[in-house]
Amino acid sequence: MEKLLDQDFPDKDVPRAPHDMGGVSKFMCEPVDTEPHAFTDFDREVDAIRQILGMKKVMGVDELRRGIEAIPEAEYHRLSYYQRWIRSITENLLVKGMITEAELLAALEAKR
Amino acid sequence: MSILDTALLEADSDQLLVAVRALLTAKGILSPEEIAERISITDKGSPAQGARMVARAWTDPDYRARMLADATAAAEEMGIMMRGMPPLGVLENTPSVHNLVVCTLCSCYPRAVLGYPPFWFKSAAYRARAVRDPRGLVAEWGTQLADDVKVRVVDSTADYRWMVLPMRPAGTETWGLEQLAAIVREGDMIGVSVPTA
Amino acid sequence: MSFTTGQKVRVKLDWPETRGPCHIRTPHYLRGEAGVVKRHLGDFPNPEDLAFARPAASRPLYHVAFDQGAVWHHGLKGNGGTCDELLVEIYEHWLEPI
Repeated sequence: MEKLLDQDFPDKDVPRAPHDMGGVSKFMCEPVDTEPHAFTDFDREVDAIRQILGMKKVMGVDELRRGIEAIPEAEYHRLSYYQRWIRSITENLLVKGMITEAELLAALEAKR
Repeated sequence: MSILDTALLEADSDQLLVAVRALLTAKGILSPEEIAERISITDKGSPAQGARMVARAWTDPDYRARMLADATAAAEEMGIMMRGMPPLGVLENTPSVHNLVVCTLCSCYPRAVLGYPPFWFKSAAYRARAVRDPRGLVAEWGTQLADDVKVRVVDSTADYRWMVLPMRPAGTETWGLEQLAAIVREGDMIGVSVPTA
Repeated sequence: MSFTTGQKVRVKLDWPETRGPCHIRTPHYLRGEAGVVKRHLGDFPNPEDLAFARPAASRPLYHVAFDQGAVWHHGLKGNGGTCDELLVEIYEHWLEPI
């Protein structure tokens, strides 16, 4: 088999959302990191909070996804999987009025 | 973009978690105990659960038929908690068809039976390449698929979660359930690899 | 449920993401592609509404099979797997009969 290059995988010319990755040219020649990565306490906790908010009907998985998909592309790729989640969870809670901007900024300030 | 959007994007993720958790706790929406309980329940999901189902399907044709017809019920039959979980479907590998599961849009994963998704399943390279170059992709795991085997890439885009039932390797005919389950890895049940004796 | 197993369908050639905020579960790479309905998987609340916490009507969800080589018609050099298949969950409102 010939070695494949990025130009062997042209994209459809309609703009796509960054999360919609099936067949995206720029990743076609990127190797997959198949090594195990440890799950951190941060990952577990964000995951658990999302599950609890889902069970309590505060926010559903599609709302989580919409919030993730709204993250600008450069940030999307910079952030880890669960770093995207905590941002989406926060944005959803703000939109729903479960928490306010002032409360959030104060809580963030308190942690500095 | 508002000041808040910028603050959100630039906030340190650990600080954001601490802040949100504190606000949700103060408002009585959740408690640290609930979080700890949820983590402990979630940690029980692991590839060992899926492997038990695979081993039983290899040795019990009736169970295999039930699993292919209704995998959610077949998981519950093995004592796996499926309540509140998305419906589970099982894709059977045969000498002529090899299944490979991906979620190109996010990282939908059969967590009830395989646990948390591995890092590679969530990576951009995996999600991009699976649907377009599946044979090149599985070669990263050393998996070579013959040209006369059809690769069926299952893009898990919506409400189902999918798990692969791999083929039982030759040389395991006399093995018991535990020995069989021990050779089934998470990648075998996603389709990036195949179990070997 | 308006599609039957074995029916030929086409995924709508539509790009809602170019028109503003949305949440869609039909991948970009399948828009406008022809496939075959394999199975009705059940009816599920429409995620396009759930994502915005709007009331969501139940929509039939189908497993639709696509010829992998045809979807990526620009082709892959030296790919032996010409018979490969893509099997994807698509909501009824994204499918048109052909």
